[in-house]
Amino acid sequence: MSILVYTEVSKGKIKKASLEAVNYAAQIAAKTGTSATAIIINAGETSLDDLGKAGASKVLHVANASINTSDSQVLTRILNHAAEAEGSSIVIFSNDLTAKAVAPRLAARMKAGFVPGAVDYPNTDGAFTVNKNVFSGKAIATYQVNSAKKVISLLPNSFQVKTDGAAVAASNFDVPADFLASRIKVKEVKRETNELSLPEAELVVSAGRGMKGPENWGMIEDLAKQLGAATACSRPVSDIGWRPHHEHVGQTGIAIRPNLYIAVGISGAIQHLAGVNGSKTIVVINKDPEAPFFKAADYGIVGDAFEVVPKLIEAVKKFKASQN
Amino acid sequence: MKILVCISKAPDTTAKIAFKDNNTAFDENNVQYIVNPYDEWYALVRALELKETLGGTVTTVSVGGADMEAIIRKAFAIGADDGVRIDAEPTDAFFVAEQIAAYAKQGGFDLIMAGKETINYNGSSLGGMLAELMDMPYVSMATKLDVAGSTATIECDIDGGTEVLECDFPLVISAAKGMAEARIPNMRGIMAARTKALNVIPAVAADKLTEVKSYTLAQGRTTCKMIDAENAGSLIEMLHNEAKVI
Repeated sequence: MSILVYTEVSKGKIKKASLEAVNYAAQIAAKTGTSATAIIINAGETSLDDLGKAGASKVLHVANASINTSDSQVLTRILNHAAEAEGSSIVIFSNDLTAKAVAPRLAARMKAGFVPGAVDYPNTDGAFTVNKNVFSGKAIATYQVNSAKKVISLLPNSFQVKTDGAAVAASNFDVPADFLASRIKVKEVKRETNELSLPEAELVVSAGRGMKGPENWGMIEDLAKQLGAATACSRPVSDIGWRPHHEHVGQTGIAIRPNLYIAVGISGAIQHLAGVNGSKTIVVINKDPEAPFFKAADYGIVGDAFEVVPKLIEAVKKFKASQN
Repeated sequence: MKILVCISKAPDTTAKIAFKDNNTAFDENNVQYIVNPYDEWYALVRALELKETLGGTVTTVSVGGADMEAIIRKAFAIGADDGVRIDAEPTDAFFVAEQIAAYAKQGGFDLIMAGKETINYNGSSLGGMLAELMDMPYVSMATKLDVAGSTATIECDIDGGTEVLECDFPLVISAAKGMAEARIPNMRGIMAARTKALNVIPAVAADKLTEVKSYTLAQGRTTCKMIDAENAGSLIEMLHNEAKVI
């Protein structure tokens, strides 16, 4: 009768968003008088201690090199099997790219009410309700889940991650061989290893048409590098090919909610705001004092990016030196 | 090649979002509906491009009331051959997936496409649910799609990169930015749209697993603290001491 939570490894560590999901599952479990079971596929040599420390009472490791983790059908079979074995009526995901493929499938398989991108803990007194962003971040809806089974995917970066619990030993979880049949062939994987993943980044430096041309992005990248931030851009900039599509944040690009979003030379069209207004702190740098983005910002600097950004880079360098 | 494209309606991206009936329903007053951008720009347009180069048909399917028909005609004007409206209020993604699956199971479609999400409910749910109900492979957030014979080659985003996948028909794909460019319907398309077949079929019984009980508007920011450009560096101290984000 535990709550099952799906977790992943990235770059030799349990993903931060996965630990957040374990925290979330453990909290719901505590409220509903049950426990959290984390499941992870092909973690290799990565230590699974953090899953217990984040609140999992049990850790299931599925180790089988034949699993095609790029196939949502295969992952759905495995997770459905684990949910049955654990008697889990609630399954938690972090709302990342895997969850977007697998969570709705699993929900349909389990006939479970699905809330994608939850932003808060569910209310479990009486009816089961949970909040999620709708209208691209312009509103929040309270969803009531009517079914006994539930699948919830948590919007990453909703909560501070805590790993102050105790590690538990992982147990191997075997899956039947006929689960592994896959019609999807992986031809090529292209990973940009040096880049921070934008949806998971805590700090983001973003720039728009105010940069005047792709050749001027050096200082944006430099500021991001000094801060340890990911880079992003506005839609016009990705549309004209100054920056790659995967950097486009906004209503029709990706929605992000970092702790800090610095927007340089972006006017702040409503479609752009929809993708970033969940950020905890927003800084806007624009030479136009009438730019609508200032109305959605916490800090604003009216000035020329070409003068302001180098000053910020210097200030970050000084700040870092003072911290050491 | 038979392609089915799932089309939803969404408020225009500049629409003012407001609620009525004690914040339990979306206020449609003065709201202009459009084809959900991901369904139109990426899924539908790519489906049409494939049809134009490889032959075949593009059918749209939507779940909604009669007010949905203007949206379906827009898809016709862009180039879809025909469309189906399943006559029911789309209560949640699972309900919609059950409706579309019931129709699509009889259609013999090679490829079923949807946008990666709607811009009103942002669920990214339909494609995956539909694929599961139809027992088909599913690739979500595809940014590129090519077809050779009965094999699709798909590029999609993964954590920190992209991957290229190959899958034989039939399969379900959700389309993200990069797959195609928006098309503007021409006069001929708009004229032709009037005479294309729009079939209305009844809904099947389906479970109502979730429902929205209430809405609240997101809180805007109250004040923006302005920093003098000459003194821009002081921002970093504020981000550390006040905002505590670095």
